[in-house]
Amino acid sequence: MAASDARLTGAGLTLAYDRRTVASGLDVAIPDGSFTVIVGPNACGKSTLLRALARILKPAAGTIVLDGEPIAGWPAKRLARTLGLLPQSSIAPEGITVADLVARGRYPHQGLLRQWSREDERVVRESMAATGVADLADRTVDELSGGQRQRVWIAMALAQETPILLLDEPTTYLDIAHQMEVLDLCARLHEEGRTIVAVLHDLNHAARYATHMIAMRRGSVVAEGAPGDVVTAGLVERVFGLPCTVIPCPETGSPLVVPSARGRTAVPG
Amino acid sequence: MSRSSVLRTPLLSLRFQPRAVAVSALCALVAAGLAVALIGSGDFPMSPADVIRTLAGQGTPADSLIVNEIRLPRAATALAVGAALGLAGAVFQSLTRNELGSPDVLGFTSGASTGVLTAIVLFGGGTAAASAGAVAGGVATGALIFLVAGRDGLHGQRLILVGVGFTAILTGVNGYLLTKAEIVDAARAVLWLTGSLDGRDFGDSGPLLIALAVLGPLIMIGCGRAVRMLEMGDDAAHGLGVPIERVRTLLLAAAVLLTAFAAAAAGPVAFVALTAPQVARRLTRAHGPNLLPAACTGAALLVAADWIAQHAFGDRGLPVGVVTGLVGGGYLVWLLVTQRKTGRI
Repeated sequence: MAASDARLTGAGLTLAYDRRTVASGLDVAIPDGSFTVIVGPNACGKSTLLRALARILKPAAGTIVLDGEPIAGWPAKRLARTLGLLPQSSIAPEGITVADLVARGRYPHQGLLRQWSREDERVVRESMAATGVADLADRTVDELSGGQRQRVWIAMALAQETPILLLDEPTTYLDIAHQMEVLDLCARLHEEGRTIVAVLHDLNHAARYATHMIAMRRGSVVAEGAPGDVVTAGLVERVFGLPCTVIPCPETGSPLVVPSARGRTAVPG
Repeated sequence: MSRSSVLRTPLLSLRFQPRAVAVSALCALVAAGLAVALIGSGDFPMSPADVIRTLAGQGTPADSLIVNEIRLPRAATALAVGAALGLAGAVFQSLTRNELGSPDVLGFTSGASTGVLTAIVLFGGGTAAASAGAVAGGVATGALIFLVAGRDGLHGQRLILVGVGFTAILTGVNGYLLTKAEIVDAARAVLWLTGSLDGRDFGDSGPLLIALAVLGPLIMIGCGRAVRMLEMGDDAAHGLGVPIERVRTLLLAAAVLLTAFAAAAAGPVAFVALTAPQVARRLTRAHGPNLLPAACTGAALLVAADWIAQHAFGDRGLPVGVVTGLVGGGYLVWLLVTQRKTGRI
């Protein structure tokens, strides 16, 4: 594994909730500057892996290393200045405005005597502008649509100013247009130099936006690499048990998975 | 929705909500004003000016005896108990993310009662023993509930359900202990269990005042900003760099201690911990735990309840717990009815 160009790696990971082991013997490396997407069927351990990378879940065995140091030893705030996280579900406090919620992203940069510097103000303004929610600044989060709300949460994570950003299924519950909007935003953040790691359900979205893909099945990494190498009919059949044809996307040229019609076997591809 | 203001100097920047600060100041003022009125009332009435002059050390020896030796301790106890319960309630409600998450519902109050009953009924103890029993009972119940709820259950529904279970068990135990008691002890125990400020002196409230002086800043200044982050869910708070296990354990321990010491000072005064944070939130209109406003509101509520208890029912004063129970319980019912209309509960 090319660990040299990866700031975030995990070796020999066993991931478990209480006594239920989700994954064992897992090795991963997140290439620096990549848009890495983790895919796999339900319950394959992809979200669990992301949670371990974010240090929410402590691995039962193995170590996750960030910038050469095991993350277990990182102080909480320092970790939060390096590694941002967009969890699957967060609760917006009742009646909070967009600007106030985004401002909370500055928490790891603040202290008792430094609660709201001009720097904080500038970063929050820029984060809202980057995610297109600046016009909503004074609205309450409760009254926003699902897509707007997701962009606000991303703005909060952006305000953390972390070089690495982890996103757990950022497109869930959004309609197709808003899914694209969120993924376009992630792609732009990646182009600006951030390392993005996302768990996505939709293989076609993953293939379209990722620069690096990790395919998981039953707690193991089955394949990883560029989308063109990972998303093949054989692999989709093996990982998801879905017969399909893979064609180049007419729009972007990235692999496009077309499930086989009922009763037909897949064309080898 | 209330806006934030910023205070900046080259060395520091503070962010605060002016409305929340104003509400806290107003409630603190109301509490202090009522306390002065309370000190000035009784068989030997004094004008507020005389009370303040005496408190400042300028009064006559007779005034000084009445104010500083007799009435001030009671008023100070009322203020401290109210502030402690308001603050503890705000912490519990914020951590459980539930408006019912107060020490009354979570079982700590019942545990303190069990401690008091054990001290009075089984050991024939006096006031000091009853106070110690309240602290021991409250803390022991807290430890037991956290143990049963488990590490993952330290927030939300699970903690509340475990607390409700413990409250039921402890209510049974308390009833059993009462039936075992001699009639004199039983009468004394019942008065204590109602929550009363009669005859309180600094000996009763001293430990609470110390606890409040230590734990109050620890909660409000040490953990205040982390509590706000925790309201967004564990994962989000973790992502922002809050050491959630440590902060939550610290906060729960501090809130249990405040509840236990409050119960030791005045008995298990009902519903203040439940009501004060919600009144505070409606006054500040601010999201977040509203820790300082809740503490100030709690102090004002309890002194107001004590004033009603002493003066609204003729010469025979009521225990303050009766008033807070009636007012707090009524408020809760009102809240449930109005919230139902808005579809939130």
